[in-house]
Amino acid sequence: MSGAKALMVAMEKEGVRQVFGLPGGANLPMYDEFARCDIRHILVRHEQSAAHMADGFGRVSRKPGVCFATSGPGATNILTGIATAQADSAPMVAVTGQVPVSMIGRDAFQESDIIGMANPVVKYAFQPRTASEIPESVRKGFFIAETGRPGPVLIDIPKDVQQNEDDMVFPNEFQIKGYHPWTDPDVANVERAIAILLNTERPVILAGGGTIISSAFAELQALAELLMIPVVTTFKGKGAFPENHPLSLGPIGMHGHAEANRIIDQADCVLAIGTRFSDRSVGTFEDFERRRKIIHMDVDPAEIGKNQTTSVAVVGDVRASLRIMLKLLENKPRLVEETAWLKNAKETKSYWKENLKIHPGEMGAAKILRKLRELLPADSIVTTEVGQHQMWASLFFDVIHPGTFFSSTGLGTMGWGFPAAIGAKAARPDVHVVDIAGDGSFNMTENSLATAVLEDIPVIVFLINNYSLGMVAQWQRTFYERRMIGVDQGQCPDYVKLAESYGAQGIRAQSLDELGSAIKAALASDVATVIDIPIDPEEDVLPFVAPGTPLKDMILPS
Amino acid sequence: MWAILSLVVENKPGILFKVTHMFRARNFNIDSISVGVMANPDYSKMTITTYGDDKQIDQIVKQLDKMIDVIRVDRLDENMTVFRELCIFRIKVGNASDSMEINKMAGAYGGKMHDVKRDSIMVELTATPDQIKAFEELAAPFGIVDVARTGVAALQRSGV
Repeated sequence: MSGAKALMVAMEKEGVRQVFGLPGGANLPMYDEFARCDIRHILVRHEQSAAHMADGFGRVSRKPGVCFATSGPGATNILTGIATAQADSAPMVAVTGQVPVSMIGRDAFQESDIIGMANPVVKYAFQPRTASEIPESVRKGFFIAETGRPGPVLIDIPKDVQQNEDDMVFPNEFQIKGYHPWTDPDVANVERAIAILLNTERPVILAGGGTIISSAFAELQALAELLMIPVVTTFKGKGAFPENHPLSLGPIGMHGHAEANRIIDQADCVLAIGTRFSDRSVGTFEDFERRRKIIHMDVDPAEIGKNQTTSVAVVGDVRASLRIMLKLLENKPRLVEETAWLKNAKETKSYWKENLKIHPGEMGAAKILRKLRELLPADSIVTTEVGQHQMWASLFFDVIHPGTFFSSTGLGTMGWGFPAAIGAKAARPDVHVVDIAGDGSFNMTENSLATAVLEDIPVIVFLINNYSLGMVAQWQRTFYERRMIGVDQGQCPDYVKLAESYGAQGIRAQSLDELGSAIKAALASDVATVIDIPIDPEEDVLPFVAPGTPLKDMILPS
Repeated sequence: MWAILSLVVENKPGILFKVTHMFRARNFNIDSISVGVMANPDYSKMTITTYGDDKQIDQIVKQLDKMIDVIRVDRLDENMTVFRELCIFRIKVGNASDSMEINKMAGAYGGKMHDVKRDSIMVELTATPDQIKAFEELAAPFGIVDVARTGVAALQRSGV
């Protein structure tokens, strides 16, 4: 069997149903195998989008999404997508072609040392040097990508290794000596965590992205309701807890909800679940850790103590840790009355729900996103691009069904949301998928419209359009005395015509009524839809915690 | 604070690159590094010395431990560890009494003489980094022409 055939067989054994990719000279032997297997190939227009599609597929299905690229520029084009998956712990397997073994190191045509380049942004990388190594590389690669803290795995296969015939063994058993993805949570540490939680006056649960990755939704909700503790999330953890729940205060951070930032600022104890305490979440590391006790649950031991000094750490899958905590709490006496602290949290929430000033125009961000929420079924999946629209989504779009909201939160990759939405839709064709987009980001991967249309993957682009790199513009207005450099997009392109030129549906919505009709038309459509929603280019995202300042110094709309 | 880390890693190409890259990417520094194959040729032993406060050393150990090619990481206790570095100095010689003096110094540190020439002498020293530094200070007035060091190799004493 050839190496290329072995690759496909091994991937079929992993349950791979589709691959996002783009062919080239060095991966043609693999591409030829699509003619002889049941795996569907979804053609992209740029390899970066293939990686984002695989990422979106992986986050939604929790099984690695797969992308293919050729050597050299094909491989370097997927690097941004790999780095994005690594920053957000998304399971992915990227397979690149490489020049033949004998050509490696000779600066061959379309040669790049992708193993060396990708090393800092992959969970692991393989470069099989003989065809017979391929089955085990694939088996181990998928295992590494999806276990423990998930991440991207790169398999770089020289062209001759794809072509060579060899006897193949597809192993079920294998050993990776230096990889220990699972640690059983230490029950004694869970006991210590409970002792702290029950003896503090103002505890808060901070749910991070790890809560979503481990699907600990029911456990999180049970714990919050049992202890009657308010729940905030990181931005990556948005939607780990239903945002219409009375205990939910929403995301904290640079553009966190005012009530969430206020309450975590007053908290004397934080139960942090599956979070790495990003600077965007905590404001300043020193201020955040100094002011409260921190209990940290995480699957990755290296996250313990990296950004925050903790009182107790529980290493292990957070769902398993929460289950142990719930079990141990069964026998503990608990308060049954609402505490003054919880009352305060609820009052703070309702105060800000009523009093946060929003843009007065009809097409202000809050109003259009609330309209989307009103019309979109709760089980729909939402992705976002990166920028103002992303933060408005965080502020004004409530996630009802846990684990249905995905964004490039760590690397902050503009252009992620649209291809990721296509990947998400490939994983869940039964639900609507919407990319809440800004024009600046959408420009970066809009050619994925061709994929959405031709491959019949109808997603919706909810394009909040200020014809501007809006977040940069906001920083220039705020910190650079309105010197607006490099942010104006002109009135280019016409997004309705752009969508139509790809065979997609394009609708412009200039009033809330038009927007309502557009959303309904998009939900009913069999093809991808771009809803172009022109907004006031001067609208800022507020509240705003300036970088390097503590959460309490939040700038509020005036 | 100075720390000695002992790593057992897969004996495969590219591992040294990955380990040293982690230090660079996470803003840590390597003081010295030595690598050699172990009794079982599937594995190599890396000895890395580094500086940092407790929190930083803890993070270095955790990040190394997280690497899939790293089988085992230990932070060694200096007092329970045999650690040595090999160092070769070429020292300038002005006259016969310089030679005798250097010979005496080297002897005091258990060093060996090589390549004895009219204007220079080589001294090979196997010692702790502190001892090497002390010898270097003694030799400096003569003029150190060149120096090559292996980095620290270390093994924990048994029964600890």
